[in-house]
Amino acid sequence: MPVTPLIAYVHVGKSFDGGRVVAVDDVSLEVAEGEFVAVVGGSGSGKTTLLRLANRLIEADRGRIAVEGEDVSRIDPILLRRRIGYVFQSGGLFPHLSVAANIGITPSLLGWPQAEIAKRVDDLLDLVRLDRAQYRERLPHELSGGQRQRVGVARALAARPRIVLMDEPFGALDPLTRDALGEDYRALHRELGLTTVMITHDMTEAILLADRVAVMRSGRLLAEGTPAELSTSADAYVGELLRTPRRQAERLGALLPRDGAA
Amino acid sequence: MSLFNDPRWTEALTHLPDYLGNHVRVSVAALALGLAVSLPLAIVARDKPLLRGTLLGLASIVQTVPGLALLALFYPLLLALAALTLSWFGVGFSAFGFLPAVLALALYSMLPVLRNTITGLLGVDAAIVEAAQGVGMTPRQSLFTVELPLALPVMMAGIRTAAVWVIGTATLSTPIGQTSLGNYIFAGLQTQNWVFVLFGCIAAAVLALTVDQLLALIENGLRNRSRVRAALGGLGLAALIAATLVPSARSQSSYAVGAKTFTEQYVLSSLIAQRLQAAGLSATIRAGLGSNVIFDALVAGDIDVYVDYSGTLWINQFHHTDNKPRTELLADLKATLAKQDITLFGELGFENAYALVMTRKRADELGIRSISDLAARAPNMSIAGDYEIFSRPEWAGIQKTYGLSFRSQRQMQPDFMYAAVASGEVDVIAGYTSDGLIAKYDLVMLQDNKHAIPPYDAVLLLSPKRKDDQKLKAALQPLAGKIDIAAMREANLRASGNDASSSPDAVARWLWDKVGGK
Repeated sequence: MPVTPLIAYVHVGKSFDGGRVVAVDDVSLEVAEGEFVAVVGGSGSGKTTLLRLANRLIEADRGRIAVEGEDVSRIDPILLRRRIGYVFQSGGLFPHLSVAANIGITPSLLGWPQAEIAKRVDDLLDLVRLDRAQYRERLPHELSGGQRQRVGVARALAARPRIVLMDEPFGALDPLTRDALGEDYRALHRELGLTTVMITHDMTEAILLADRVAVMRSGRLLAEGTPAELSTSADAYVGELLRTPRRQAERLGALLPRDGAA
Repeated sequence: MSLFNDPRWTEALTHLPDYLGNHVRVSVAALALGLAVSLPLAIVARDKPLLRGTLLGLASIVQTVPGLALLALFYPLLLALAALTLSWFGVGFSAFGFLPAVLALALYSMLPVLRNTITGLLGVDAAIVEAAQGVGMTPRQSLFTVELPLALPVMMAGIRTAAVWVIGTATLSTPIGQTSLGNYIFAGLQTQNWVFVLFGCIAAAVLALTVDQLLALIENGLRNRSRVRAALGGLGLAALIAATLVPSARSQSSYAVGAKTFTEQYVLSSLIAQRLQAAGLSATIRAGLGSNVIFDALVAGDIDVYVDYSGTLWINQFHHTDNKPRTELLADLKATLAKQDITLFGELGFENAYALVMTRKRADELGIRSISDLAARAPNMSIAGDYEIFSRPEWAGIQKTYGLSFRSQRQMQPDFMYAAVASGEVDVIAGYTSDGLIAKYDLVMLQDNKHAIPPYDAVLLLSPKRKDDQKLKAALQPLAGKIDIAAMREANLRASGNDASSSPDAVARWLWDKVGGK
């Protein structure tokens, strides 16, 4: 592991409602450059809060968060967000803007020249495998769920960030689209040398896509490591999270004939 | 004569450029001011529940004030303010007409704009606002590139509602001295010129619908990213506004003749204007002014000349409670007015007093000739009067002097009360001595045997700035003492007719001929 992690949480805490709801409780986590980390947990586990602390969509109460070696509390949050890609649940596209305008939004906020933005939008459409001519001028409501999320990924990558944060990006998609999109993103992550933190409630997705998996429950980080390392965890909840997909896979194996369509 | 080739349509049409132009100017200014205040307020208040509640509450309260009252309230308010700025900074402004109308209408436009802007902004999906933050927008960028565009349809619906309200309510700005399409309606109602009433209503409705549709076109263009449609709508609005900016033919040196809101006043203001024009002076009529507004407007010089009645001034303007004989009261009044630099130029020659009026038949049956006779029967009778009589001090005086007490009191439009008493709907009315309908319905006026009703000589009043205006005085001189009660009654009767010869202008010409002026 390199000396300076690209994202570092050090004893971070965050509570809401004047301290009554503790969303993140003393969490320390490091993400190295080029790593793909998935944070797994149920609803209310604090995983989304943890993600948003990194680009200061939420401000931490305690502890320290560093991005690319800099303490985020010392960086202008607007500039911080412009250099970190963020993929929202079900896209979060601006419904009144075309696909091209949605993708080009951060570069235009950064004041890139129009021609450069247009070129970048075309490159990104290629990258997320959407036909330029066909999709450039469409509005989000004219796209399928999978296409919208591809645009969401392209928008996150537009300003060439080193870091991409993803908030349950594939949660609302059908299984086939979800699988294809996951694989495509995983390839992009590798090709572009990105550092990715992805939030998900789905352990299977986490294991299949990420290098490392962190498990959260009630604001606390229960365990983290490669899937193999996690499987040695003594924590009962972690064990249950890992056993469920395996059991499902075994039952599927038993139920589906091996030479069938699957 | 059919409804459609009635010459009054043509007459109505000749006023259209003036009335419509003023109507559009006052509406557009009010709407622009309303938007300039409401939009920033709504944006600031959208995430502050307390401020939001307060604003919407206040705007709702304003909305419950009847339009006519709201407009009328602004006049004394501004008058006081103008007096204040004059004494503090040496600069006054006209509290008459345009300014109070614009302020009141702007206030009126605020509720739909505030409510719809706040609703629209709060209705923007929180996830979208979060995404705007996430891609690195500042709050301002988020507001202008994401939240406002997404809230636009709801906001535009509010703006359209406000536009229609303002254009409709602007017809009520006539009584505070702002010319508008309401001039047709007020004049028409008072002189029973239904062609004018209809014309005014139709013109206001067409204007409201046109503006509404142009705004819809702009909204549609913005929403569907169609520059053509948005531009067409904008161009339409711009053309409408530009058309009203063509200078109307009113010159600054023109004399403004005021008129209150009843038939006789419309006729007399026309007569005065015709006399001024005959003397080579230009004159414009500011008709339909509320009786609370018209005297102040004269003091402020917003109008130059109008006809009032001695008793009205004595009791309502100067709050005297004592009754005096005619000539004494006139002399006192003249001196009192002079202190305010107002010239009581002269009497016209007739009185328009309040009188208790019954049908001749009923009065004969019951043997009632005077108010004293009436007093004995009054507890079993009903009386009707105009909107002010029962709250005027004169009425309290009459009641006290004669010990009058009726079974019931009703208020109604003056033109309708004569028919009401003639048909037996009510037993007695508080009518006007100069009203032509008294003869028409064969009614009798009861004698004021104890002299409780003050004299109401019609007098010409001149504004302070015209007190030494010899040209004006020369032009008005022929009117002094010229109009007797019989002539005025007949003129009023003619003016209450519903045909082309009953327009105030035509009646005024007839009256001038009748009294032998040439």
